[in-house]
Amino acid sequence: MPNVALFVTCLSDTLFPSVGQATVELLEHLGCEVTFPFEQTCCGQPAYNSGYHEETKKIAKHMIETFEQADAEYIVGPSGSCVMMMRDYPHLFQDDPVWGPRAEAHAAKTFELTQFIVDVLEVTDVGAKFPATATYHASCHMTRLLGIEAAPGKLLGNVDGLTMVPLANVHNCCGFGGTFSVKMPDVSVQMVDEKVESILQSGADVLIGADASCLMNIGGRLHKQGHPIKVMHIAEVLNEGVKQA
Amino acid sequence: MSMGIRLDEKFQDRRKDGIEDAFMRQAVSSAQNRLRDGRLDAAGELGDWEAFRDHSEEIRQHVLEHLDYYLYQLSENVSKRGGSVFFAETPEEANRYIREVVRSKQAKHVVKSKSMVTEEIGLNEALQEEGCTVVESDLGEWILQLDEDPPSHIVAPALHKDRDAVHETFTAHGYTGSNDPTELGRYARQELRKDFLKAEVGITGCNFAIAESGAVGLVTNEGNGRMVTSLPDTVISVMGMERVVPSYEEFEVLVNMLCRSAVGQRLTSYITTFAGTRAVGEVDGPEEFHLVIVDNKRSGILGTQFQSVLQCIRCAACINVCPVYRHIGGHAYGSIYPGPIGAVLAPLLDGYENYKELPYASSLCGACTEACPVKIPLHELLIEHRRVIVEEKRQSPFVERIAMKGFAVTASSPFLFEAAEHVAPFATSPFATSGHIEKGLPAWTDSKDLPQPNKQTVRDWFKKRGNVE
Repeated sequence: MPNVALFVTCLSDTLFPSVGQATVELLEHLGCEVTFPFEQTCCGQPAYNSGYHEETKKIAKHMIETFEQADAEYIVGPSGSCVMMMRDYPHLFQDDPVWGPRAEAHAAKTFELTQFIVDVLEVTDVGAKFPATATYHASCHMTRLLGIEAAPGKLLGNVDGLTMVPLANVHNCCGFGGTFSVKMPDVSVQMVDEKVESILQSGADVLIGADASCLMNIGGRLHKQGHPIKVMHIAEVLNEGVKQA
Repeated sequence: MSMGIRLDEKFQDRRKDGIEDAFMRQAVSSAQNRLRDGRLDAAGELGDWEAFRDHSEEIRQHVLEHLDYYLYQLSENVSKRGGSVFFAETPEEANRYIREVVRSKQAKHVVKSKSMVTEEIGLNEALQEEGCTVVESDLGEWILQLDEDPPSHIVAPALHKDRDAVHETFTAHGYTGSNDPTELGRYARQELRKDFLKAEVGITGCNFAIAESGAVGLVTNEGNGRMVTSLPDTVISVMGMERVVPSYEEFEVLVNMLCRSAVGQRLTSYITTFAGTRAVGEVDGPEEFHLVIVDNKRSGILGTQFQSVLQCIRCAACINVCPVYRHIGGHAYGSIYPGPIGAVLAPLLDGYENYKELPYASSLCGACTEACPVKIPLHELLIEHRRVIVEEKRQSPFVERIAMKGFAVTASSPFLFEAAEHVAPFATSPFATSGHIEKGLPAWTDSKDLPQPNKQTVRDWFKKRGNVE
């Protein structure tokens, strides 16, 4: 039974708890033993991307230590972006003989949820049923920086009753970009508006994504404009689907 | 046009101008879609694109590591072929040298082929002060010159104009025909032909100089580069000091990557290489040839964490996929190099004072890094600029600095972090209606709603289920 330490991500923990809960239940359904290292905080990405690298190191050290104590085989999180940050820790400690190797070991066992299910558990059909017409938002950090392109599609493709429709300009960023969205809201909102337009044109009733941050951005715009599109994290779709099956 | 364009307006206002220009945005987004698709097709056709990217990166890194060697070899070979070489440390030095050449020829008419480095150093203005007419012969550049409009893209400078806009510009210049592109093109050719024949001096840029032969390589789609280098008696080529390749072998690889990445073509219509002056028995070529190698802060980038930006071959693939460029257009950047490459390069070439906001004009989506044919980690360099601004220049906003310090303290203390998680639902409740925050955080809530932080976090839920470690 693979032993997994949940990397809940701060956004899921506070704003989207159903994503974290679904992740736990889904992993357990797939035969994992899930633990929750309660000392975990945030991956530090807001500080890193804003250029505060000394601050990021403090946070990274805390996260590395927390997950070392959890002593799990794998660390799994429901976010390509936050996982990408943890995978990037070795960069922060390049010249550090103590923290460098610890960061490497930490990064090596950290996985994004769909990547973990498909590549590590070697499961592409979780046994879910979810009748809906949906489209998938491919998040930038997950596809480009982690290189996870196929896993979410494989999992969704095997969900009974789920019809996936293509999203135009799927490769374009939704405009979130962390602090970018509040530093340059003028540009960010143009980006999310184009994304919303593509989603509306896709004919989907449900928008699925694998990063709560993008979904918060796109969903926040959809909600502000009163569009009745349901926004769901892939963990929620798969987990609800397992319950429905 | 020099490095800084429209710097009289704030970046925020320039962005606003771009966002409100519906015509420009339509032109840019359709061009981006077309250029992106073309690039992917042309890359796919080559076969192992990633291996080509690795190889191209290797070539560029090798040249940068041995730049002194190759520049020396290049200058020796240019001299052997009867040309003169001038190393200009600053834009002023480059302009002064070129003005002196033009003056010594008593030239009144200069014709140019496309060159970003001459835009960077403001050469046209320098020559106009000398009393010369300077005509840009690249069609896009020529249109902009007639309009006194700066370029908005490094490969397709008039990307923000359509045929009607061009028709309007040409009509103001004396054209009486229709807006048919073929007819417009014919008019441009007729007009430019006069300038080619009249010019005493031709000035070119340089896509790549070839060290082993002393040749300058030009990539064009209009053949104007050939006219500029074969008709005038005096030819001056201006190059950024990093734009050198060891031999034709590497030239072939990089030209392949450049054409495919820039315009989705296997090769552009004209790939021209020329070297030195007209030799005995040759029917064309200049009597006098000068190669001006411009440093302009580049040697200061060598050996730093930003060195990889000098790998750039100016293909604009990063610009063509950038979602920020897509919505604000090229002029908003206030630099002749727009988009991701501009956001990395402008602060290095012209300082942080005018350009410290550019590194933040990115959602760090990584599309630029993925598209770059020579593997410049563009989005990482943008983060590095931010780090320099925060940690070395200490120029980040005070409020942000305090917030980030607070964030670091909180996120490295489980006690404070959990406390913050539990305070959030109450702190935000005055702004929340039915589970959503719809106002109170203007930068966010003006355009988007936010879910209200939950009273029960995942960790609370997990503890309750009895799975406590």
